[in-house]
Amino acid sequence: MIVARGLVKRFGSFTAVDGIDVEVRPGEAFGFLGPNGAGKSSTMRMIGCVSPPSGGTLRILGMDPRREGPAIRARLGVCPQLDNLDQELTVRENLTTYARFFGISRAVARARALELLEFVQLGERADSKVEPLSGGMKRRLTIARALVNEPDLVLLDEPTTGLDPQARHLVWERLFRLKQQGVTLVLTTHYMDEAEQLCDRLVVMDGGRIAAEGSPRALIERYSTREVVELRFQAESQEEYAGKLTGVAERIEVLPDRILLYVTDGDGALAEVHRRALAPASSLVRRSSLEDVFLHLTGRTLVD
Amino acid sequence: MVTALALPRLLRLPAAGRRAVSVTERNVVALKSSYWVVLISGFFEPVLYLLSIGVGVGKLVGDLTLPGGVVVTYAAFVAPAMLASSAMTGALAETTFNFFGKMKYLKLYEGFIATPVRPFELALGELAWAMVRGSVYSAAFLVVMVAMDLTTAPRALLAFPAAVLVGFAFGGLGMALSTFMRSWQDFDLMGSAQFALFLFSGTFVPPDGYPVAIRWLVEASPLYQAVVLIRGITLGSPGWSQVGATVYLLAATVLGLVVAGRRMTKLLCK
Repeated sequence: MIVARGLVKRFGSFTAVDGIDVEVRPGEAFGFLGPNGAGKSSTMRMIGCVSPPSGGTLRILGMDPRREGPAIRARLGVCPQLDNLDQELTVRENLTTYARFFGISRAVARARALELLEFVQLGERADSKVEPLSGGMKRRLTIARALVNEPDLVLLDEPTTGLDPQARHLVWERLFRLKQQGVTLVLTTHYMDEAEQLCDRLVVMDGGRIAAEGSPRALIERYSTREVVELRFQAESQEEYAGKLTGVAERIEVLPDRILLYVTDGDGALAEVHRRALAPASSLVRRSSLEDVFLHLTGRTLVD
Repeated sequence: MVTALALPRLLRLPAAGRRAVSVTERNVVALKSSYWVVLISGFFEPVLYLLSIGVGVGKLVGDLTLPGGVVVTYAAFVAPAMLASSAMTGALAETTFNFFGKMKYLKLYEGFIATPVRPFELALGELAWAMVRGSVYSAAFLVVMVAMDLTTAPRALLAFPAAVLVGFAFGGLGMALSTFMRSWQDFDLMGSAQFALFLFSGTFVPPDGYPVAIRWLVEASPLYQAVVLIRGITLGSPGWSQVGATVYLLAATVLGLVVAGRRMTKLLCK
């Protein structure tokens, strides 16, 4: 579906995407995970054929975005990071007028709008204006709009950023259904739980480069331990406790507000901490996540 | 097999036109009740000028003798200029304020270009819409002119496409200008320029009396050319200066569209 080799995007002297290799296969959900400014959105815009690459090669659906932009975009569905819905139109009209841009007949556009509004659970708001909709509803409408041309490939840039937990779960559930229907999804996110929930495969991006690639499980296995113990100490600096924890874990990460112990057996490690009489104010044993993978690869957390 | 290969190429141009029309269509759908207020205000403005200055001041001025020797009432002299400037106003309103707002603040076009629609087609579709709006003003005003006996019905029919061309030219130029605007403040400058054009483009006074340098400046302005074209049609028999004005306005349309298309590609496809 997508093949990128040495893909580069520069804005003046700033290099946003610095030579990445990506391959997305039909039917999979592929993610770009990384913090803000990692080059995810620039990559998405190049894949969406609205931003010409500065270097490298890019083929989308077997076509060249430089020469065949309209033909490629005809088969893409794009859900941008910021909702750019048409405020002057109703919910339904947002879908029907958008469908016209793809050359879809009015009758088909009306039928599809109805169907899609049901799919994103906005059927009852069809004739409402866009403005009073909640953030989650707007995002679902944007997703419905991205599906109006029955795309082969759907691009979602930060699909749940800014949504409350309930709204996020609803979006995830809808995206999961799309995936089950065999639609290829490409999404960017800086939420590790989103990447874990939705992506079959992902790349971790940082500073315009790809730091790692694989399935969420494979990445965790390769770059992290099975479990993690989080400790918070009531102290000016967590640093002073780090020294006293030597040997407890395979690897220790000291963050400004907590210490992370990377271990195979979390409960065993926590017992050892207590045996050393290091009373943390709070402790938590959890499974490793992509957040830990990112921390290991870059030395930074995803969400600052 | 041959048709399968040749067909995409043949379809390319119609497809671009079809996509441009779909952009125009969006504006038709967005046309809601409140919009009629805007449309009506755009119609009344030139009519009020015509009544106050053309008819009112015209009583004091008396009749005018045109360079060809034809004598006309002052209202008949002013009316075609009001038609030209209302075509200008209608086209500019749509391609400057509305266009800029859609592009910069509503981020509407970012959604449009994610579809097969290309920036140039988007510009074309918006211009076509601006022209529709300008044409409504023009048609209504021409009816008023015929009713007030300021021109004949056949001449009014001929003046209509001329007014549409005027709308195209200003729409194209306005859209191109809008792509250079940084904020709403820049529009104040444009408003002043538009008002200066409205006052001095041979609208109320024939430019023959101006000093040579200023006269050249006036004659180079798009509204002057628009006034020449329409006045030639509604008052006398059109001649070479009308042909010149037509070429000028066609060139302005193309120039505006090409510049707007290029600039939009640059602004939207970063």
